[in-house]
Order: sequence, then structure tokens, then C-alpha cells
Amino acid sequence: MTSLVAALSLNPVTDLEQMTEYPFMVNALWAGTIVAVMAGAIGWFMVLRRQTFAGHTLAVTAFPGAAAATFVGLPLAVGYFGACGLGALLLAAVGRDGGSDAADESAAIGTLQAFGLGLGYLFVVLYGGQLSSLEALLFGSFLGITEGQVQALLWIAAAALAVLVVIGRPLLFASVDGAVARAANVPTRALGFGFLVLLALAVAATAEITGALLVFALLVTPAATAQRLTARPGPGIVISVALALAVTWVGLTIAFFSPYPVGFWVTSLSFGVYVAVRLGELIVRRAAVAVPGAHADPEPT
Amino acid sequence: MLGSNGAGKSTLLDVVLGLLPLSGGTATVLGGHPGAGRAGIGYLPQRRTFDSGTRIRGREVVRLGLDGSRWGLPLPAALSSSARAARSRVDEMIELVGAERYASRPIGELSGGEQQRLLIAQALVRGPRLLLLDEPLDSLDLSNQGAVAALVQRICECEGVTVLMVAHDVNPILAYLDRVVYFAAGAAVEGTPREVIQGPTLSRLYGAPVEVLEASDGRLVVVGTPEPPAHHHDRHGGARG
Repeated sequence: MTSLVAALSLNPVTDLEQMTEYPFMVNALWAGTIVAVMAGAIGWFMVLRRQTFAGHTLAVTAFPGAAAATFVGLPLAVGYFGACGLGALLLAAVGRDGGSDAADESAAIGTLQAFGLGLGYLFVVLYGGQLSSLEALLFGSFLGITEGQVQALLWIAAAALAVLVVIGRPLLFASVDGAVARAANVPTRALGFGFLVLLALAVAATAEITGALLVFALLVTPAATAQRLTARPGPGIVISVALALAVTWVGLTIAFFSPYPVGFWVTSLSFGVYVAVRLGELIVRRAAVAVPGAHADPEPT
Repeated sequence: MLGSNGAGKSTLLDVVLGLLPLSGGTATVLGGHPGAGRAGIGYLPQRRTFDSGTRIRGREVVRLGLDGSRWGLPLPAALSSSARAARSRVDEMIELVGAERYASRPIGELSGGEQQRLLIAQALVRGPRLLLLDEPLDSLDLSNQGAVAALVQRICECEGVTVLMVAHDVNPILAYLDRVVYFAAGAAVEGTPREVIQGPTLSRLYGAPVEVLEASDGRLVVVGTPEPPAHHHDRHGGARG
């Protein structure tokens, strides 16, 4: 992965012009925007449902998929989406909606994850062990995105978000309060499976851009930060998407003007925001304890 | 509905909800098949509490009971009158259970008693004719047990709702009971509390000598049941009664 070092002029308009002169940068900005919106929204539900580990496993299964696609000469996207789709089916089979409890589930998911990593390594070795390709699979290829990829991402994201709008409310019910939702005729198992498929789409689309290991910068961190900031679903999803967009745009811009890779900036920025929010929470709580009679209520009506 | 663990109390609730088919006999719920009248039933399952990581406001949990099973996203209250009506209905229920002070905090941060009040509000929000409560006093401390039992009694009278409650300890609710069904050894006895909770009746039900002792404060203690008595902390293992 190459990084360009351009001169930062401190004039935002000229800087933006400089960046958008390069078609690969325009594609990277578009792809990053699409992926950030999808990952921010779906990631919020993933964090709420405590399926972070499942999401991580899907991201890791993206790696053998992409490596296998490289090995047999198929487009990378086929590998990413194929492997994540298969991963979602396997997770649904071992998942808690399939009848096993949380401990069984996480052990089974961990087993799947380890096998996926090993398989990916095998395909990379079979391919000839080209290090640059391994790096792109694991840490992303932000700057090598084509217009065709951007269009494909746009359709996938639009479809995934449309489905999320339709199932969002029952999915929230099933996630927060499964037993009551089931009693109210909400198809909790079907929703659980449908959500895994959406998650697989989001992971595959994100992995294509950020690489298998950095998916979480967009999928988990903004959502986890948003849930610290508010316990209201609507504003929570909006904040999650906004944070994912902000770290993507700022990360791409800094990377353009610095010698260090995009993946590093995007992950560092989202990590920085998360840490700042946790520290802020701590300070607010301390202050509330220090003032007698004050109530540590982060959510006034 | 009283009885020892595993006697079939929660199973009966599943039948009433239409979640479990009967292997024999018939059941009629609100004048129809079990499951057909689901909209007229409010249900509070037996549960452990929401853990502290649940970052959803109590208010949202109540609202999900109202329209959480509908597809599509709700409109903001500023744009739609039905959304405003939904919000005021949620407010009304929160007021009824006395949860105004903490309904806007994340539910995972609330105490067991506070969570239980919000969950009762959730079960009531659609105006059910029948309210099924599975061990609602479980995992509450003694003072909260009394307060929640009194709240359920008040709802029963003010809202005109039939309450069907599963309990393993009769004492916190004894003063409020109209009828008791006692499950044991694959059979059940039904009647007023005083008819059912007495030595001869329970001895016949269990097929073994059982004694009911009355303490000076009116609390009843059942001794000599064939199974070990259901202690409060036994219930946290997740077994369904």
C-alpha cells in the first residue's frame, strides 16, 4: 500500500482540491463514506446484541475468502462476500437462536475463527506468499478502489440499510427483550439470522476497504462510543454513523498528507474518540459524586 | 399459581400464550384458542435482570411493549399524531408504576425493583385484559417484594386487569390473592388461599404428610413436602418452575 505525501496548505479548499484531483482519492472517499454509513448503523445493533465476537469472526473469515479468491483468480469481492455469507450461516447454526447458551456460542465461534485464520494462511502460502497481497488482505487497500467497486458498494449498502429500516424496530425488541418479543409474535430467530446476514454484508464490504483486521475501526468503535453517549436508539444510530463518517474522512485526509497508512489513522482516530468519551464519563461521574445532591443522570428527559 | 420447581407453572403460562401446544385436553384463553387472543395478554417472563451493559432507556423498553413488534421505523412525535399518542401512553404507564424518576436512565443501571416496575409498565402498555407475571417478585429484596405486590394489586383494581401470577413464595402476596392454584406431583388444587394452603389439602396433593404452619405475623410455612423447599436463591440457576 502506498501513501502519498502531499503538502498540506492549511487552506481546506485547496487541500480538498488537491485530494480530489486524484481519481483514486475520490473513489476512496466515496467508498469510505458508503462503508462508514453502513458499518455505523449495523454496528450499533451488533454492539447492542453483544455480537461483537461474532462480527469479529465474520471479519476473520473474510480473510480466507479473499485469500482463496486471490489463489483461484476470482475477484476479491467474491471471496469477501462468499466467505462472510458462509460464516453467517455457520454462526446461525451454532448461535444462541439455534438453542445453545452464550458460553457454548462463544466457544464455537472462537473455534470457527481459529480455523478461518489457518485456512486463510494456507491460501496465501499456496498463492506464493506474496507479502504485499497479504498486507492488503489484512490491513486494507483504501487507495486501490475502482469506480466499479464503489458502485457495487453503493447498491449493497442501499439494500442492507433498506432491510434494516424495515426490520429495525422488531430487531431492537428482539435484541433487548427476547422472551417478551417472542411472546408478542416477533419472529426472533428469523430476525437473528437476518441480522447475521446484514452483519456479514457490512463486514465483507468494510473488509474490502479496510482489510480483515481493521473492520472494527468502523463497525465496533463508533457504535460502542455512541452507546456510551446516549441510551436512545435513534440518536444513538445517528451518532454512530456520524462518528464512522468523521473518522473515515479525517483519516483519509490525514493519510493523504502524511507518510503513514489510512488504516492506522482511521483506527487511531476512532480509538481516540472512544477513550475521550470514557474519560469524559469518568470525570462527569466524579463531579456528580463530589457535589452532594447532584444526580449522575447522563440522560435527562 | 404456586408449587415447587418443575411442577409446570411456567409451562402453563406458555400454553396460555399459545407458545406450547397441548398434548391432551383443551385450553380456552379469553374466549378463544390460546395464541389467538395474544393482543389481549400482557406477559412478564421470569428472568434475571438486565445487566449493566444494556444501554437502552427504560422508557424505550416500555415503548417496545406498545409497538415493538411492528415493521418499519416509528415516525418522530413531531410529525405524527399516533406517535404523540404512543408517547403519552408510555408516559401514563410509567406514571402508573411510579417510575417517572428513573425511566429515562439506561435500564441496565437501575435496581432490580426499578427494572421490574418498568417491565410491568411494558406488559400493561397495550391495555391487556389478562396479565401473566412469572415470578415477578423473584430477585427483589423484601421491601421491594411488598411494594411490587401492592402495585400489582392496585393495577388489578384500577385497570380492571385479571392478573395470573406464578410465585414460589406465597407470603409477600398472600394478602392480595383471590384464588390459588397449587401444583405438585403432576396434579393441581384450586381454591381460595385458605382452602388450598392447609395441611390436609396439600397432603392429599403430594400424597405425603405435609404440614402448614402459621407464624404469629400471618406468614405461612409449608413443611414436609417431598422435594426440598424452594429457597429464594435456588431460583437464580435459571431452572423454570
